[in-house]
Amino acid sequence: MILNIFILILLVIAALWMVMTRSLLRSAIGLALVSLVLTIIMFRLSSPLAAVFELSVCAGLIPVLFISTISLTYPLSKQEMMEHFKARLRRFWYLPVLVVIVGVILSLLKIKPDITLPLPESAKDVRDVLWNLRPIYLIGQIIVLLAGAFGVVILFKDSKKDEH
Amino acid sequence: MNIEALQIFWPFSIFVIMLFVIGIYYVLATYNLIRALLGLEIMIKAITLLLIVAGYVSGHVALAQSLVITLIVIEVVAITVSVGIVLGIHSHTNSLDTRNLLEKTHEG
Amino acid sequence: MSLLIVIPFFSILVFNLPFLKTLRKAIFIWSIFLFLSQIVLSCCSISPSFLTKFAKPLHLFNFNLNLDGLGVIMLFLSATILLFTLIVSHSFIKEEKRRFNFITLLLFTLSALNGLVMVRDIFSLYIFVEITAIISYVLIAFDKDMRAMSAVFKYVILSTVASILMVSSIAIVLLLTGDTNFTVIYEALHMSGVNPLMMLALSLFVCGLFIKAGLVPFHGWLPEVYSYSSASVSILLAGILSKALGVYTLIRVLKNVFGLTSQIGTILLVVGTASILIGAFGALAQKNFKKMLAYSSISQVGYIIVGLASLNPLGFIGAVFHFFNHSIFKSLLFVNSAGLEKEIGTTDMAHLGGLSKRMPITATTSVLGILSAAGIPPLAGFWSKLLIIIALFVSGHYVYGIIAIFASVLTLAYLLSMQRMVFFGKLNEKFISVKEAGFSIVLPAIILGAIIVGVGVLYPLVFKALILLLA
Repeated sequence: MILNIFILILLVIAALWMVMTRSLLRSAIGLALVSLVLTIIMFRLSSPLAAVFELSVCAGLIPVLFISTISLTYPLSKQEMMEHFKARLRRFWYLPVLVVIVGVILSLLKIKPDITLPLPESAKDVRDVLWNLRPIYLIGQIIVLLAGAFGVVILFKDSKKDEH
Repeated sequence: MNIEALQIFWPFSIFVIMLFVIGIYYVLATYNLIRALLGLEIMIKAITLLLIVAGYVSGHVALAQSLVITLIVIEVVAITVSVGIVLGIHSHTNSLDTRNLLEKTHEG
Repeated sequence: MSLLIVIPFFSILVFNLPFLKTLRKAIFIWSIFLFLSQIVLSCCSISPSFLTKFAKPLHLFNFNLNLDGLGVIMLFLSATILLFTLIVSHSFIKEEKRRFNFITLLLFTLSALNGLVMVRDIFSLYIFVEITAIISYVLIAFDKDMRAMSAVFKYVILSTVASILMVSSIAIVLLLTGDTNFTVIYEALHMSGVNPLMMLALSLFVCGLFIKAGLVPFHGWLPEVYSYSSASVSILLAGILSKALGVYTLIRVLKNVFGLTSQIGTILLVVGTASILIGAFGALAQKNFKKMLAYSSISQVGYIIVGLASLNPLGFIGAVFHFFNHSIFKSLLFVNSAGLEKEIGTTDMAHLGGLSKRMPITATTSVLGILSAAGIPPLAGFWSKLLIIIALFVSGHYVYGIIAIFASVLTLAYLLSMQRMVFFGKLNEKFISVKEAGFSIVLPAIILGAIIVGVGVLYPLVFKALILLLA
């Protein structure tokens, strides 16, 4: 349990670093870091398959997506970046304080949720759930992937036409 | 096992709430379009954790995992499309600042 | 029933195959055929015996789908409005390639909306809400208009926050009941009684849906998105998309999952009344046809919510009936605004005037839409508003009922002043050569106007059918 708490604190620190850091690029890398820590927690909570997904997609694909977006948009010069950073720091410095206060207050509350847990599940495996019990999730994933791919094609193709 | 599992629910949800606070603060306080999307990502991370914890505590790990996998796929697509929109805005205004965005909108 | 999701989806795949380029010209005809067949199907499904007969042989895939009366109405509405959007867009999007893309997006929308209507699982509901939302982002940004882009970015942020709220509610439900199926959750809730965590889950979910529906504390995105998206897309958005995402899901979740309790009724009553009033006063101040329609949309959705909040069966029927009517008359008014945009190029009311001589059909149908929105007998909108107001009085919410009547008068005021500024009065000399909008815009307007009049005049029959469907 103590190890769990330690990793969770690490998670929050990673998220804070991501929010407070000065360049956009580092912020995107910070996202990968948050996902990485989250993956460890998922492994510890006996959800290895979802953890692998989180690792490959959220720690791998999404930061790459953000980094390529950042490099497609114009980069700031060093001086501008420092100015932005100072202005941002003025807006963001109370966030860690706020987060710590929220954490302390919530942990002092000591709420013991009074719930009756449901019966354990009958399905054994993720494969069983996805393929046999809930195939509609898979259909949904396929539709959303294709719709997204199609949408991105539409969004990007015509914007290139505008530039010509 | 369930009683023990129930005890870890509250500490985990404290951290979920903290992550959520970070994310929503980031979305509200930033002026940068990409940073707003990054803030949304932190919030999605928070609920991913919440789903996994809920599955672990209630002993429905397989169901929770399939939900998380589906959630991740949807999240990737949503973020990709919104990044496409950000690039579209950038090609119009040449900036990622929301303040510029509002000015342009009111002029037009 | 799974075919209703699968057929549009596979037709997209077939049309996008690289070696079938010649086939692409047929997509227009094919999608019209699909929409029409769905309309016919849903009309036939009014008799319940047909539903069971028709549903059985189509159980190809085990998707845990189900269709009830509310679902049938939704199927009818989504197919109708998609059909008219398709027809109207035909005169706006000229280029072959872009038209193909647009129609493909419409087919995606059909597939996603059918899924949204028929799923009986709270997480699948979320999946289809999200798919529909993603398609609507692309649709709004389709023209690459700068203002539409910035409006859609706002919408993306709010809608994603709403989805996050919904998923956190699903996580709590998973913790408490161990399942995401509607019936399982419903039974588990009735077993355990009131639980603070469950109330938290309910309020998170409902809060997310309020954002999606554009109800009052969260209505900021709606006017911009409606008015800056292109003409045909705004028909689709106002007519079905935002209603299906927000209002239908709200009705479904409250009816089948959480149950309508008196606490949630109070919240709905307050939010609905606030939406009615703020939408109406916001509309009074607008100078743009489309923006005014958008604010009026907020106000009319408020009526639906208030109808739900009255917590009696009459109010429920009234809410669903008003949902139907609102979809029809709002898409009619947006079709008319598309006609104006096409022929004149602006929807700014200060520049318009006296167009009724030049565009008689547009002017007449828009009068029909306006009177239906304001609740003038014998048009369709009158009956649904009457049902809602009676339900409010029956439940003892006299103050809210009086506010609803008052706002109805306000609706008439702002819509009639709009009508006067756009269609009546002196004709601006610039518009002396303006012609009636083309066939592809006038035809949907006439059909929608006919539906309004028909439903209004044949009200006893419609009411019986509604009771049959929703009981």
